[in-house]
Amino acid sequence: MADAGLLRFHVPEPEVRPGGTPDFSNVTIPKAGSVPRPEIDVDPRSIRDMAFSIIRVLNRAGEAVGPWAGLLTDEELLEGLRHMMTLRTFDARMQMAQRQGKTSFYMQHLGEEAVACAFRKALAPGDMNFPTYRQAGLLIADGYPMVMMMNQIYSNEADPLKGRQLPIMYSSKEHGFFSISGNLATQYIQAVGWAMASAISNDSRIAAAWIGDGSTAESDFHSALVFASTYKAPVILNVVNNQWAISTFQGIARGGSGTFAARGLGFGIPALRVDGNDYLAVHAVAKWAAERARANLGPTLVEYVTYRAGAHSSSDDPSAYRPKAESDAWPLGDPVIRLKNHLIHRGVWSEERHTQAEAEILETVIAAQKEAESHGTLHAGGKPSTRDMFEGLYEEMPPHLRRQRQQAGV
Amino acid sequence: MPRKTMIEAIRDAMDVSMGRDSKVVVYGEDVGFFGGVFRATQGLQAKYGRSRCFDAPINESGIVGSAIGMAAYGLKPCVEIQFADYMYPAYDQLTQEAARLRYRSNGDFTCPIVVRMPTGGGIFGGQTHSQSPEALFTHVSGLKTVVPSNPHDAKGLLIAAIEDPDPVIFLEPKRLYNGPFDGHHDRPVTPWSKHELGEVADGHYTIPLGKAAIRRPGSAVTVLAYGTMVYVAQAAAEETGIDAEIIDLRTLLPLDLDAIVASVKKTGRCVVVHEATLTSGFGAELVSLVQENCFYHLEAPVARVAGWDTPYPHAQEWDYFPGPARVGRALIETLEA
Repeated sequence: MADAGLLRFHVPEPEVRPGGTPDFSNVTIPKAGSVPRPEIDVDPRSIRDMAFSIIRVLNRAGEAVGPWAGLLTDEELLEGLRHMMTLRTFDARMQMAQRQGKTSFYMQHLGEEAVACAFRKALAPGDMNFPTYRQAGLLIADGYPMVMMMNQIYSNEADPLKGRQLPIMYSSKEHGFFSISGNLATQYIQAVGWAMASAISNDSRIAAAWIGDGSTAESDFHSALVFASTYKAPVILNVVNNQWAISTFQGIARGGSGTFAARGLGFGIPALRVDGNDYLAVHAVAKWAAERARANLGPTLVEYVTYRAGAHSSSDDPSAYRPKAESDAWPLGDPVIRLKNHLIHRGVWSEERHTQAEAEILETVIAAQKEAESHGTLHAGGKPSTRDMFEGLYEEMPPHLRRQRQQAGV
Repeated sequence: MPRKTMIEAIRDAMDVSMGRDSKVVVYGEDVGFFGGVFRATQGLQAKYGRSRCFDAPINESGIVGSAIGMAAYGLKPCVEIQFADYMYPAYDQLTQEAARLRYRSNGDFTCPIVVRMPTGGGIFGGQTHSQSPEALFTHVSGLKTVVPSNPHDAKGLLIAAIEDPDPVIFLEPKRLYNGPFDGHHDRPVTPWSKHELGEVADGHYTIPLGKAAIRRPGSAVTVLAYGTMVYVAQAAAEETGIDAEIIDLRTLLPLDLDAIVASVKKTGRCVVVHEATLTSGFGAELVSLVQENCFYHLEAPVARVAGWDTPYPHAQEWDYFPGPARVGRALIETLEA
C-alpha cells in the first residue's frame, strides 16, 4: 500500500462562488418519462435506483410523457397553476411589506411553488402536514384565507396566533397544517408520531413530514426515519432539496452520499426522487406515496429536486455566497412557466389568459392585503392585547402567571 | 387498604388510566414485552395489546417527538425515559415543542403528554444514573413538573398527570421505588408494606397537581423538600429533636406557594433541601419566593442543603448525597441564627 502521508481535512465546497459562472453540468437530469412507475406494494429493494434518478413528467416541449403522466384533469391543472401564481404574488407582496416595515420578517417560496401546491392536491381531507416555514403552498392550495396568513404576518389584532409567533409560522388544524416551529426538523419525528397514532386508532388518515436539505443533518431526521421504519408508520417523508441551507450548499448536509433520497434506503424505506419544478411529477409521486401509506404499506421518502431562487429570508443576501444568475441557470427551470407551457400545449391556456390571470391574482392579493392592514400591521393600528401574552400557555392559567399578569397591569 | 410499592402504584396508575381511556398509550425503551427495566409497565402489553404498550427504539428525542405528534392527533401518550440522566437528547422536543405547542398555535394544537423519568441518587448510580434535572424543567414555561415521594401520591399524581391537558414531566425518585429512604444507607431498608403511605386505593383516584402536603407538622422551622429528601428531612428532625414542619411539595410547577408562605409565616424559619446541585437549582427559586413573600416574618436567613456543584460521583456517594446529618446541621444553624 502506498504511503498515505499526513491526513488532510475535507470540507465540501460548491462548484461556483459569487463572480463565477453558474455551472450545473454535474447535475444529471434524466429525460422526462424515463423513470418507471412501480406498483405501490413494490419491494423497496427492487427500486433502489429510483433514489438516484429523477422522476419527471413534463418535457422541454411542454408535453406530459411517461408512466407518471395523465393523472390530472385540465381543470385541476389550471387550478394548480393559479395556486402557484397566487403563492408567488403573495410572496412578492409580503416581501415588499417587510421592506416597507409593515412586518419584521418574511420568507419566500420563489422557485419552489410546485412542491407544496401539487403535494397538497394528493392528500385527502383530514390528513395532516407537518410543514417547515417554506410550505405555505399547502395552505394556499387548500383554500386557507390569504387574509388570515397576512394577519399572522402582520401580528395584528386579527392574528389567529395572537401575535405570539414570528411571521409565517402559521398553524391551521382545520387545513391539515401543523403549527410551525422555529426549531428545525422537530416536526419530522412528530409527523411520524401522528401517523403512528392514526394507525394505533385504526384510522385511515395519513401524515406528511417536511424538511429541507440542510435540516436532514439534524438528529430528528434520523429519529423520524428510525420510527417510521420500525412501526411502518403511514407517513410521507418529504425532503425539499433546494440546494441551499441559508449560505450552505447542500453538499455540507449530504456529504458523500449519492442523494438525500438514498438515506431512506438504509432504513428499508422506499425512496423516490422527483423533479420538484414539475407540478405533474410532484403530484403523481405524492399520490403514489399517499396510496402506499393508506394501504398500510408504510412510509415513503420523497426528495424534491428544486432550487431556492429567492433569498433564504428577508434577512439574507444570497449574492454574498452564490452567483447572482445561478437560479436562471438551474436546469429544471421555473415551475410556473413549465406548467403554463404545458397548459398552452394542451390548448387550454394562452399567453393572453396568463397575463390576464396575473393581473387578477394581483388584484385579489392586494384586496386581501388591504383587508389585513385594516386590522393593523406590526407597528401601526390594531394589535393583540398584552393579556394575550399571558394566556393560552396552559389550559388553565397557573397562579404564578396570574400574579405576573397583574404585575404587568393587565 | 392494599399496600403497594411505588413501582406497583405507578404501574397501577397506568393500568387504571389505560383501562378508562383508550387514548392512553404507553411506550419507551424496554417498556413493552419486558415491562420496563424497573418493572413499572409489567403486564400492560399483555393486558392492552402491542398497539397500546410497546417497545421503542433507543432514541429519546424520537420517543418524545413521536409522543408530541400523537398528542396532536388526539392520543394521550405516557412515555418513559429510562433514566432522567438520558432526557437530554429529548430536551429540544420537551422545551421547544411540547411546552410551547398550545401557546404558539393559540390552542389549535395541544400536547397532553406525560414523560416519566426515574430520577435521583442514593443508589450508587454514578454520574448518569443519579441526576436530578428538575430545575431544567421548572425553568421552562409551559411544562408542569411533578415529583412524588410515596406510592399513594405516585398513583394519584400520575393519573392526574395523564388526565392533565398539558405536558407533565413526572420524575420518579428511583431510590423510593421499593421503600422510603432517609439517607441512613447503613441500615436495612423498610419496605412500603410497612409504611402507611404504601396504602394505595384500588381503582381511580387523583391527587391534584400544584398541591403540597405537610408530612410533619411543626412550629420551629419549615423544611421545603420533595422526593427522597422528604424522608431525610423527617430523620433529621427526629434526630435533632427540632420541631420542623416538613412540606412535601409534590408538584414543583405549578408550585403551592400558599402552603409554603403559610408555613414560613408561622415558623419564621426555612430550610430548603434537594438532591440536585446547588447553583441555580430549584432551591434558589424556593429561597427567592420565601424571601419575597415572607421577608418580615423571617427570623433567620433561608438555608439550602443540596447536592454539591459537581457531577454525581460513584465512590463518594454518601459524601455527595445530602443525608440526615447535613440536613440536621442546617436545621440547628437556622434555629441558632
